[in-house]
Amino acid sequence: MTRVVIVGGGQGGFQLAASLRQEGHSGPIVLVSQEPDLPYQRPPLSKAYLKDGRAEGIELRPRSFFERNEIDVIAGETVVAIDRPRQTVLTQSGIAIAYDHLVIATGARNVTPPIPGLSGGNVFALRTAADADALRLALAAARRRPIVIGGGFIGLEFAAVAASSGHSVTVVEATERLMARAVSPAMSAYFRGFHEAMGVAWRLGDPVEEILRAADGSVSGARLRSGEIIAGDMILVAVGVRPNVELAESAGLRVSNGIVVDAQLLTDDPAISSLGDCAAFPDPITGVMTRLESVQAATDHARTIARRLTGKAEPYSALPWFWSDQGAWKLQIAGLAGDGDDQLAVEAGEGRKLVFRFAEGRLRALETLNAAAEHMAARHLLKSPGGVTMDELAEMRYDIVALAKSRKARAA
Amino acid sequence: MTRLIFIAHDGEQISVEARDGDSVMRAALSNDVDGIVGECGGSMMCATCHCYVDEAWADAVGARADGEEDMLESATSEVKPSSRLSCQIRIRPDLDGLIIHLPESQT
Repeated sequence: MTRVVIVGGGQGGFQLAASLRQEGHSGPIVLVSQEPDLPYQRPPLSKAYLKDGRAEGIELRPRSFFERNEIDVIAGETVVAIDRPRQTVLTQSGIAIAYDHLVIATGARNVTPPIPGLSGGNVFALRTAADADALRLALAAARRRPIVIGGGFIGLEFAAVAASSGHSVTVVEATERLMARAVSPAMSAYFRGFHEAMGVAWRLGDPVEEILRAADGSVSGARLRSGEIIAGDMILVAVGVRPNVELAESAGLRVSNGIVVDAQLLTDDPAISSLGDCAAFPDPITGVMTRLESVQAATDHARTIARRLTGKAEPYSALPWFWSDQGAWKLQIAGLAGDGDDQLAVEAGEGRKLVFRFAEGRLRALETLNAAAEHMAARHLLKSPGGVTMDELAEMRYDIVALAKSRKARAA
Repeated sequence: MTRLIFIAHDGEQISVEARDGDSVMRAALSNDVDGIVGECGGSMMCATCHCYVDEAWADAVGARADGEEDMLESATSEVKPSSRLSCQIRIRPDLDGLIIHLPESQT
């Protein structure tokens, strides 16, 4: 019986354990997690859980699920080394766990930029439930003035929650626009407007150079590169993540912006796979090595590995999708656009917006705002063989829902 | 607390006590009911919490939410008039005894 050891108790590690059982794996499953208890969902940490703090609301499955499915969760443990010749991992407290197959699902960690004054109190990050609990406690006081370093998904979701609770938020983003890594300039501009309407203040293209502290050590503000000083009494650092590749690297596995895996999510070692935020895999459409930080990638990777380990190998072929909830605005992204891809913004109706991303005349991604039908149509079309061209969309006046329907009707 | 009855595809019945205000998806997950996956955690980004509301309860439960119909299109099992995303059904006292049928598969 194959013994599968999973390093990392995030959503990908959990999904792999669950999918292995669902696919009929009967051997032992050991899940080693740094978290203090059972795996939980991270997306709500910057949304509902930041507000309500209900642990039951983010639990992936209750304890009975792990018992019933004989998934051995070793919580509060860090794997520090992989002994590949002996097919064994070693944990910080000295436990040796033998594996027939090892899956590295170590995820990513938050980046802490080298800004003077950042070490000390009133500085927060957001990655774990404990981080979210600390932030919620800080926001329990009235009229806080948080300074958010970084205008990405996490920083903006936090800003939306804090602003809606009456706090005065300033977001400082080093680049010229919000969510620059994830969305088009047009979508960045929409969100800037929404946040302005919620009372969030901005500084774009003007990075924080120093955190200012009062005589008693408390945060009093931030000095920006331009020299401007912003008043504030707490800091959230949300400038992105780095993949946790060190364990793989020290075991001699190939690492290049993530643990390098093939289309089967397998590393160079046939006894070791990797998934989720820490894995660099070939994009199923372009073949370009890609690393995604998303629930979709983590769970779809997990299913691909579970099927392979139960004798149903097939190459990874899922389409990426992402979402972000900020105030009343739901951003959905289908597909994966490149930095230089063209953008075409279309108004889809009251409060609903679409931004098409094209490369070489083909649709690469669709960004939608409060437009679920268009999002789903894009998922269907992007997954279809050959995808969809700009000309086809133009012919339909960019009504992507109608295009998806006519394709389906033709196929039927 | 409100009582919900899940009926699995193979006919097995599971009765759970659910917290008012929670979603049916959350109640299923918290009570270890097989057959609801809830991959996106209730953000209406997937259709892995697909369920069928028992006919007798259709009116009480009410209509689908904005965008729910579109997400249901990606459901793995057959979408019927009674299909809902269980993350979009809020539990309230007048749904006591609600019967939810589970589909054959979610992924």
